[in-house]
Amino acid sequence: MRSYRAIVQKELHALFVSPIAYVVLAVFFLVTGFYFFFYLTGVLDYLMQQGLQAQQFGGNPPPFDAPGIVMQGFFGIVSFVLLLLLPMVTMGSFSEEKKSGTIELLLTSPVTHLQVILGKFTAFMLFLFVMLTPTILNTVLLYVFSDPLPPLAPMLLGYLGAFLLGGSLLAFGLFFSSLTENQIVAVVVTFCVFMILWVIDFAAGTASTLTNETLRYLSVLKHYEDFTRGILDTQHLVFYFSLIFLGLFLTSVSLDSLRWRQ
Amino acid sequence: MIEAENLTKHYGSYTAIDDVSFQVSQGEILGLLGPNGAGKTTTMRILAGFFPASEGKAMVAGFDVFEQPLEVKRRVGYLPENPPLYGEMSVDTYLRFVATIKGTAGSQLRSRLSQAKDRCGLGDEGGRLIKHLSKGYRQRVGLAQALIHEPEILILDEPTVGLDPNQIIEVRELIKNLAGDHTVILSTHILPEVSMICERVIILNHGKIIAVDSPQNLTTRLGGGQSIQLEVAGRAEELPALLETLPQVTSVSVERVEGTHQSVSVETQGSDDIRHVIARKVIDAGLDLFQLSAQRMTLEDVFVELTTEENEVEEEEPV
Repeated sequence: MRSYRAIVQKELHALFVSPIAYVVLAVFFLVTGFYFFFYLTGVLDYLMQQGLQAQQFGGNPPPFDAPGIVMQGFFGIVSFVLLLLLPMVTMGSFSEEKKSGTIELLLTSPVTHLQVILGKFTAFMLFLFVMLTPTILNTVLLYVFSDPLPPLAPMLLGYLGAFLLGGSLLAFGLFFSSLTENQIVAVVVTFCVFMILWVIDFAAGTASTLTNETLRYLSVLKHYEDFTRGILDTQHLVFYFSLIFLGLFLTSVSLDSLRWRQ
Repeated sequence: MIEAENLTKHYGSYTAIDDVSFQVSQGEILGLLGPNGAGKTTTMRILAGFFPASEGKAMVAGFDVFEQPLEVKRRVGYLPENPPLYGEMSVDTYLRFVATIKGTAGSQLRSRLSQAKDRCGLGDEGGRLIKHLSKGYRQRVGLAQALIHEPEILILDEPTVGLDPNQIIEVRELIKNLAGDHTVILSTHILPEVSMICERVIILNHGKIIAVDSPQNLTTRLGGGQSIQLEVAGRAEELPALLETLPQVTSVSVERVEGTHQSVSVETQGSDDIRHVIARKVIDAGLDLFQLSAQRMTLEDVFVELTTEENEVEEEEPV
């Protein structure tokens, strides 16, 4: 347990002394902040027009879930920026250790592969937490100033979805980083694999064949969207947890294989 | 303390080490000697539990390296060829991290940290970032990292590489002092180092053990003749004939003449030291003797002799 904590600490230290963490955080806050503002003002303009029209022609404006629309747009952009940025967080996790030879220290220390992998993964999840937490401010403001108070579920579940989606990106980022000594290769492969999983349902036709259903099921974004709509479905939880588990499992296989192949 | 039995390691079709067996007893310092690509690093990596051997068995501190790797790793301090350092950490942070993952904690950690730093001459460098350290200091941090958990066994892959002459002497002293309560395996291709530090040497070439013995025995076993340099003054024309009457002398040559001084070199065979006999002959011949010095066949000669028996191409060690 102490070793595990030491690895978490070491990994967080490595993240926060490198410029990558700050660049990632800055870009994330900038882009998500801008889009939040953009969606919010867009929706407010639209509501204003609706109100004016209603005044001119009489009657009530049609009901409109403003906070819901803003939050869905916001979480949409969050997912996209996570896709772009998280591979950069994990790219060095193992490739740098392999390149500099510090992997030899880890693998000849009395720690298990599981401790190493979970230690790194935990550190990255904490980093993801640091990324997502300040954006709660947006959500809280939106919640407080909405009248009537919007339902809480889409907001909370949106964050849960972002965590799970981010977790699967991080788990696979770890795996691809463990395959190579080259950080660029790790980041590009992680990005490409998730880019494909992002849009894989485009390939699915409308018919409900097994292939189409499978393709639709594999789309990481489809599962995410339900969270932002406030729907908690165990199928999505199972999907993301399996993805995270698979990523970490493959990382451990890849670490083991360092021992057979070399 | 360490038992290697028939260790073999293949990298694809390349055989890095082939049927290597040896034993190291407690408190001993064993040197692994060999040209680049001989399999020193591979042997050490197997013993440190970095990867398993393709065939064979290794027991370290009473535990099988493949079956109980954690028990072994707890008892082994390992310094790889390139010290495994995190450049962004300070020396203290780094050593504390290593100590923790090696299973040290609390007040023990603090005392071992300062002890390891003192031993490796890092007393004042604790706060510096490793990436700002010179190569020699990095090597010291690497060494401190191997020592920090007070392991019973130390595996040091070329511990003096990159150090300046003074540091090399310090590190050698340090390693010598560690013997006794620690068992040490070190690899090197610096030959004098082996004769200075090690009690026993294994010479590896092309992944095979070609000799195991103490440095002294190795040098005597292979011929062990002497090469004696004389500086004499006077008429030395008869000297070669005179000395060649001695049974141990194989050849005499007069090499250099400076005024009346002449330089003579005498090659002998066998392990007898005949310097005094030669001195007497020279004096009896009525010559003035200014200098007499002998050189025993060094480990270097042994090494060259053993490793160049066949014409070989040096192979790079795969990483």
